Amino acid sequence: MNQPKPQPFTRPTRLDDFPVGTCFSAGHLVETNASWRSATPKIDLERCTGCQLCYLLCPEGVIFKLKDSVGIDYDFCKGCGICARHCKAKAIQMIREGVR
Amino acid sequence: MSESARVFVSGNEAVALGVRLARPHVVAAYPITPQTVVVERLSDMVADGSLKTEYLHVESEHSALSACMGASVLGARTFTATSSQGLLYMAECLHYASGGRMPIVMMNANRSLALPWNIYNDQRDSLSLLDSGWLQVYVEDAQEALDMIIQGYAIAENPAVMTPIMVNLDGFVLTHTYELVDVPTAQSVDRFLPPYQTTNKLDLGAPKNMGFTATPADYTEFKYQQHRALLDSARVIEQTDEAYASAFGRSYGGLVQSYQAEDAELILVTLGSVNGTARVVVDGLRAEGRKVGLVRLRFLRPFPARELVALTRHARAVGVLEKNVSMGYEGTVFTHVNSAYSAETSAPHVLNFVAGLGGRDISRQDIISMFDQLASVDPTSERVRFVNLKLQII
Repeated sequence: MNQPKPQPFTRPTRLDDFPVGTCFSAGHLVETNASWRSATPKIDLERCTGCQLCYLLCPEGVIFKLKDSVGIDYDFCKGCGICARHCKAKAIQMIREGVR
Repeated sequence: MSESARVFVSGNEAVALGVRLARPHVVAAYPITPQTVVVERLSDMVADGSLKTEYLHVESEHSALSACMGASVLGARTFTATSSQGLLYMAECLHYASGGRMPIVMMNANRSLALPWNIYNDQRDSLSLLDSGWLQVYVEDAQEALDMIIQGYAIAENPAVMTPIMVNLDGFVLTHTYELVDVPTAQSVDRFLPPYQTTNKLDLGAPKNMGFTATPADYTEFKYQQHRALLDSARVIEQTDEAYASAFGRSYGGLVQSYQAEDAELILVTLGSVNGTARVVVDGLRAEGRKVGLVRLRFLRPFPARELVALTRHARAVGVLEKNVSMGYEGTVFTHVNSAYSAETSAPHVLNFVAGLGGRDISRQDIISMFDQLASVDPTSERVRFVNLKLQII
């Protein structure tokens, strides 16, 4: 997975710690974002053909390529279910959160 | 050309000559009376090849300043110019530029605000934007206009300041009158004003997030940071004035400029070109033995409170002459001056002379009358006085 990783955010305490105006290094993830997910996609690796259609269609970009299959970054998956809906191999199932 | 040249030009033309010497990468401006000649001369210079800049034709003042902001965040040196309604039209961009710490230099031709429609000079346009986070300087003549365009970049781009600056010229009175102006050589300005360099910019090699949000947790600190930068700019303004004096032989004294104020009992505080008329009046009254003097506020942001108090400490009465009134209260400059005295244990009597609205002439006799009123100031009488009001006040 080559996604940016959340980094601990140290709150500036001195004026010099603040950027000069609104100009600061880009791409800082300071927290995960998946708390509103009500259903979680689970990949059945036996069925997965590695076609990568889910990787292309995921609107959040949280599905990443593995050697012969795909993985999901659950820290940022919102549980929309688009991957499961479009998986031709029926390899992705949406599991309701809390049901397991 | 190795020697500086003396030319006979208008205030607007002096601004354009100053801009050319500062070598901006981008000029974006929309013409408006009485600033138009600045834009015309700059486009002439681009057309004849004497100014190498990206000259952007924009459809409004809002776009003019927006275009400058876009260029400024790439690390470009930028210039724009406006006046009156145009300044108000770009008002939201003023806060963007200052909050984004973009060292843009803008010339503003001070002109009245509608309604009634009026194209002539007063200072209500820029004074209504004192809170926009820009440095504001008010120049007295065309030479100072040229010099402050060049100094403006040195001040605004100073790493301790990184704040845009508005160079104000009284419309027509200064923009359209002609004077002999000393134009420094390009080489000498290049030595004084090196190219703008900043790490605070969009850069493919070091990607940045520009113009981001700050939540209630951080917004105050960004505003405090700006506040500190404007306060700290006072020192930079004085240092820049001194450096300019050693390079070009002209000094304006930093935030304020005084005339015969040292022993003066009655002092008039002025802003902009009217100071020239007032100086002639002071010379005349001094010849009669009257102890009168002037303090010209060159900068209103930062506000020279300490300097003003020091220069007027022997005065019995101080008059604030401004081409402005904040309707429903008093002149804004008057409010600022009184605020400066409020920190002192003793203060002179202060009167507010509201004059020159919508371009009404301020004559020598008017200024003599102001000194007469200061001489006979009565603490119980009206402090805010409209000069030459053609009405019987009941």
